[in-house]
Amino acid sequence: MSVLVNKQSKIIVQGFTGTEGTFHASQMIEYGTNVVGGVTPGKGGQKHLDRPVFNTVKDAIAATGANVSIIFVPPAFAADAIMEDAEEGIELIVCITEGIPVQDMVKAKNYLSTTQSRLIGPNCPGVITAGECKVGIMPGFVFKPGKIGIVSKSGTLTYEAADQVVKAGLGISTAIGIGGDPIIGTPTKEAVQLLMNDPATEGIVMIGEIGGNMEAEAARWIKENSKKPVVGFIAGQTAPAGRRMGHAGAIIGGKEDTAAAKMKIMRECGIRVVDSPANIGKTMAEVLMNL
Amino acid sequence: MNLHEYQAKGLLKKFNVPVQEGIAVDTPEGAAEAYKHLKVQFGNAFAVVKAQIHAGGRGKGLIKGTQQHGVAVGKNAEDIKKIAGNILSGILVTKQTGAEGKKVNKVLIAQDVYYDGPNPTKEYYLSVLMDRAKACNVIMYSTEGGMDIEEVAEKTPDKIFKEWVYPSLPLQPFQARKIAFNLGLSGQAFKNMVKFVTNLYSAYTELDCSMLEINPLFKTSDEKILAVDCKMKLDDNSLMRHPDLEALRDITEEDPTEVEAGSYNLNYVKLEGNVGCMVNGAGLAMATMDMIKLSGGEPANFLDVGGTANAQTVEAGFRIIMKDPKVKAILINIFGGIVRCDRVAQGVIDAYKNIGEIKIPIIVRLQGTNATEAKALIEKSGLKVESAILLSEAADLVNKAVRA
Repeated sequence: MSVLVNKQSKIIVQGFTGTEGTFHASQMIEYGTNVVGGVTPGKGGQKHLDRPVFNTVKDAIAATGANVSIIFVPPAFAADAIMEDAEEGIELIVCITEGIPVQDMVKAKNYLSTTQSRLIGPNCPGVITAGECKVGIMPGFVFKPGKIGIVSKSGTLTYEAADQVVKAGLGISTAIGIGGDPIIGTPTKEAVQLLMNDPATEGIVMIGEIGGNMEAEAARWIKENSKKPVVGFIAGQTAPAGRRMGHAGAIIGGKEDTAAAKMKIMRECGIRVVDSPANIGKTMAEVLMNL
Repeated sequence: MNLHEYQAKGLLKKFNVPVQEGIAVDTPEGAAEAYKHLKVQFGNAFAVVKAQIHAGGRGKGLIKGTQQHGVAVGKNAEDIKKIAGNILSGILVTKQTGAEGKKVNKVLIAQDVYYDGPNPTKEYYLSVLMDRAKACNVIMYSTEGGMDIEEVAEKTPDKIFKEWVYPSLPLQPFQARKIAFNLGLSGQAFKNMVKFVTNLYSAYTELDCSMLEINPLFKTSDEKILAVDCKMKLDDNSLMRHPDLEALRDITEEDPTEVEAGSYNLNYVKLEGNVGCMVNGAGLAMATMDMIKLSGGEPANFLDVGGTANAQTVEAGFRIIMKDPKVKAILINIFGGIVRCDRVAQGVIDAYKNIGEIKIPIIVRLQGTNATEAKALIEKSGLKVESAILLSEAADLVNKAVRA
């Protein structure tokens, strides 16, 4: 079992022939991901990385039966790429692109709500089901198969958590990088719900950061519905108010979106919250041992 | 990116949003000239001098070492010239600037809109911003204008109204009418408000604002609706499609070290602590700052080197962090996924050698692709650099450095 992506997933790459698209598509193929082709408008009919290039997502689906798309196109065109996927019925859209204008995402998110497609990201590392399928830019070797699911707003912090979980002897089922922008396709709560319903996942690591109320929303859902232990971490305990900390969404605006407020709510909801990012893996192992 | 009041008002006028008119100048003589123009144009003997800085609270704020407020009314050309002289080149301290204040390079000489007329004047509040949870824009407004809106929200939350705008559509006429009705307007002022807020919302979306605040939003004694002040914040991600707006950037308002870091594609925010850090990825950078605090130090900065941790960026990072004399140690924390740790290690070694003697302890934690090779490289280099692979080891080394 798995969440979102597995061996059966058929992936197309949007922005296939660009530098980023080429590099990461090669890495994904090396990991064993079933990349069936790519889309670069105007280069339809060519071959790239031994796979067909199409002008449109519609053509790509017709020829390959693709159901998952990963997006590497530049920020100015990324929202358009998301909407093209949604229009043509791609089930899962993973948008890696960083720096998409917020008003573009308002439109794209609204467009998505009229379709059945799920969006992960933007500004995210992607999704990986360890040992099966990598739809993202994460270093594959870190994600050894196992029983812990990860939900995270951040890229490298996800790798850090995965590395600790693997070294603690637990391994990863599926890791979902939901992205660090103010508007994203799949919020923390929905990603946690997916892992909660996944038989291959026995525990969940939930990593958030300052800004917004997604972690609080997820924590309240966990309190009511949790069947599995959850370990949490919130980055930005030392971040000052009103300053944007790298991610467009990581800015403390009100009282509720500080790290301290989020950690308090998460603890009240039964999540085992760690203060130090160095203790994520160790704590997950302890929690599972004491079940 | 923040804009000055005069820049924001200039943009609003292009969208037919009425504003308190004015002329921005940078000398006292220019101020007197501007006053004369306004007097001819509006026939009013009074005018307002408004300091142009990227911070609020200007009216109550004072120019350092004087009793001059950042916003003041003058009644003739001499008066305006004198006030402008007091403000220009002074340091304005408001409750938003902190004690160090901000240097004033420009003043806006603005028309006096509080003139007498048939009807009472009234101040309102109105802003447009993004509601993250609903993923759409929201117009927030109140009859309690001219004051601190956070205070209104706290004391009288029932006096704040919100109107969410359907994504992909302009503000609908029924919404604009609802806003004008809720503000208690009728007659000509009602019609003017409907037009004002409709055009303001277009300006917000067309200019890719991330925040647009009009406080006070003003009804004149002859029923006009005007933006008396305007705070406009643009979405940095959208500037690529607005080169004309990018040109409005005033870097004198920004921290010079942060501007320098930006030129190397480093994302840097200065903090007040004693342990500097250099990290790849924003989330891991914040987590590293938290870990420094838990290890007994205080983070001196946020610094995300992004995906390119090479010798050049690491050297720039070193130099930027070391400008801060309070820094007692530097922690480099790189999780090498796509970027290989041995290449980062070589970058650290080259940067260290280029700079020469570094007097404070450097702790390098490299994990991920080729982490072992990287550690060996650092140890073989003979430099005074402590090396770690696990995050917990790095935490211990920070603790040791802070206590030394």
